[in-house]
Amino acid sequence: MTGLDYLWQALTPLNLLLALAGVVAGTVIGSLPGLTATMAVAVLVPITFSMEPASALILMGAIYTGAIYGGAYSAILLNTPGTPSAIATTFDGYPMAKRGDGDLAITLACISSVVGGLVGAAFLLGLAPPLAEVALAFGPVEYFWLAVFGLTLISALSDGNLLKGLIGACFGLLLACIGVAEISADIRFTFGSQVLLGGIETVSALIGLYCIPVMIDLVATPDRHLKVTTESKGFRLREALAESWKSKFNLVRSSVIGTLVGILPGAGGSIAGLVAYSEARRSSKRSESFGTGEPEGIQATESANNATVGGGFIPTLVLGIPGTPPDAVILGALLIQGVRTGPSLFTENGAIVYTFIYGLILATVLMLPAGLIIGRYAYKSIITIPKALLVPTVAFMTMIGTYAIRNSISDVVIMIVLGVIGWFLNRFGFSPSPIVLGLILGRIAEQGFVQAWTIGAATEDLTGMFFGRPISLVIIAFTLVSLFYPLIRKRWSMTKGAVNAD
Amino acid sequence: MDILRKIGVTSVAAALSLAVSSLVSGVPQAQAFPDKPVNYIIPFGPGGESDITARHQQSFFKDKFGQDLVIAYKPGGGGAVGWSQLNGMIGDGYTMMGINLPHIVVKPLQKDVGFKTEDITGVYMFHYTPDAVVVNANSDIKSLQDLIDYAKANPGKLTMSGSGKGTANHLAQVRFDKMAGIKTTYVAFKGTGKAVAALLGDQVKAEWGYTSVGAKHEGKVRLLAVAMEERHPKFPDVPTFKELGFDLVSGAYRGIAVPKSTPEEVRVKLSEMIGEINADPEFRKRMENDGMALLDVGYKDLDAFVAEQAKAYEAAAREAGVIK
Repeated sequence: MTGLDYLWQALTPLNLLLALAGVVAGTVIGSLPGLTATMAVAVLVPITFSMEPASALILMGAIYTGAIYGGAYSAILLNTPGTPSAIATTFDGYPMAKRGDGDLAITLACISSVVGGLVGAAFLLGLAPPLAEVALAFGPVEYFWLAVFGLTLISALSDGNLLKGLIGACFGLLLACIGVAEISADIRFTFGSQVLLGGIETVSALIGLYCIPVMIDLVATPDRHLKVTTESKGFRLREALAESWKSKFNLVRSSVIGTLVGILPGAGGSIAGLVAYSEARRSSKRSESFGTGEPEGIQATESANNATVGGGFIPTLVLGIPGTPPDAVILGALLIQGVRTGPSLFTENGAIVYTFIYGLILATVLMLPAGLIIGRYAYKSIITIPKALLVPTVAFMTMIGTYAIRNSISDVVIMIVLGVIGWFLNRFGFSPSPIVLGLILGRIAEQGFVQAWTIGAATEDLTGMFFGRPISLVIIAFTLVSLFYPLIRKRWSMTKGAVNAD
Repeated sequence: MDILRKIGVTSVAAALSLAVSSLVSGVPQAQAFPDKPVNYIIPFGPGGESDITARHQQSFFKDKFGQDLVIAYKPGGGGAVGWSQLNGMIGDGYTMMGINLPHIVVKPLQKDVGFKTEDITGVYMFHYTPDAVVVNANSDIKSLQDLIDYAKANPGKLTMSGSGKGTANHLAQVRFDKMAGIKTTYVAFKGTGKAVAALLGDQVKAEWGYTSVGAKHEGKVRLLAVAMEERHPKFPDVPTFKELGFDLVSGAYRGIAVPKSTPEEVRVKLSEMIGEINADPEFRKRMENDGMALLDVGYKDLDAFVAEQAKAYEAAAREAGVIK
């Protein structure tokens, strides 16, 4: 292993304490809808000025890791992804919680997050410089196709409801256009209102579309929020471990997907989680039960999104190009400390980098006990708190969280409006996920398309630009498979059925 | 855990407590300004150059004036969301906001974005990141002349990445193309980081970036020329556009503004304070190391400075079709 001697430097009492405190704080912050990993890290920056660079990095990395895991709590218990990374966690997490398996779901999420975090950190430790080249090989056109690929997952995710899924996605794409366009600086769909100038903020849309309908339903129905089983089953750790061992391939595959997507600046945890989820579903023997509370779905998403932490640090530390928004903040903090990132960081400043990577691994391992205990506590409070207290508390948190993202009251208004729209759409069978996918992926697709078109037109090779690059072709192939997969599966089961009928 | 949890909501709490405390205490105009933390709003997200600069200023502010500088973010609309709300904030000197040129000039000319350039009360412009033409270190374009020759031989085929449209990078590209009589293709990316990634990955031939790109990616990129009056101390070997015969001095200028209701003497006082930080030798060294070029435009000269810059920006923005 590289730089093993630095392992001991990572294990100082101070660093251990920072890693533990960071993971705990991150988990709590991440579990509150609206309080994102980026914000958690940004708040810490002034505190890190007085620290050694390696310790500062460990603290920020630990908070970041914890926050990505913490996002699973609200996804499982409230059907609200605390961060975009946890969107796909809601698909199976919330159904599991509804049927009384919320504790198992949280323990599974914890184990998966630890596995994903460790795989991501292992890649960071061993292969960072060569893998950073992947970030550079991805040009605008690759991002465009990646976003299109992500959009086709809607067809796979909305079985039987394809049309409604597509309508939802189109609505999301329209929402993505609102405000000042990232690339062309055009101002679109604001209808003269300054409230809409800043566009629809992704996290506030997540909170509105996922959480508000749940809140309204809680108030409108007399049932308990989640089914409660009478006897306490503890952490259900043995059950979760058995389940994890059974789907070890799923965990590893998802973690690798997460790491690779994490390396791409601008792709992010939401795409990582979704790609891993749909791959898990495609290759699973139990693919029919995905979306109805299938543990494999949670394992795929949660391992993938925590793997993006290590993956995202690869371009950040090697190239000085932040892989994810929290990485941008961490990079800034490093610059202020006078640490220059770049390939030389690994050779000249090995003490900082390797101490940090071992610290990150340490924090990830500490997440297992810390995450299990906090998760248990979160689960217990959500199921035991009476509804009359739960709803106002969560509603209050959603407002604070939404406000805090951009210190903007307009975002709170937009969040509530979207929530009410989401509730009505839910009643007509539209789920929030395609809308949110459209919102997130629409921006990536638009930017990639405009840039690729500009470059392609300038070099007079538009066809070559869009259809002539090897990585693009691979993504296009995946897109086609994903698009026609439901059709193929149907035909397959029909012929099988016909054979059986004979 | 409880303490850290509290830190998590500091940004909200800070904004609230600041608003409340200034309501309670009225508008104190004592000599002791500042006698409580000063709120510094960055109208962009965390991690950008405006944020990093503010973080640098933060520690010097505390050392010199004994009060905390509390940084909060209000991103959206390329800064427009923050600036359109600035004059609605309490003008007691305890709230200030970062401003950027050409943003505050170009945005209001595009459409009604809720503020006009004149509405913004700037108190100090403290530095700029000079525009620079950057190529990949392994590129066969070795000098600005090589680049011009290539562009002349292949009109429109020279692709150059840059951060955003209607931005310093974009307007510099438009102005330089005109001066050199060439036609290049500008490809806008979301932020400098992605524009650099496109350059390093050979997705584009060159980049309209900043001197800070050269500082951050030393060894991987080559600066061909910088848009400054004099050469940058960190890059003594890189010529200025002026030396090469192009009258181009431009970049992303950063400064600080206050709500319109802020009293005159507080504006002057804040201006002096920012100037004092800017004059600190250690601060200057750090900024120059990051590739910034320091600038000292105080409160009294600021309007004239902005007006002068605005003329050049507006002309270029019209040329670029950013303003219709």
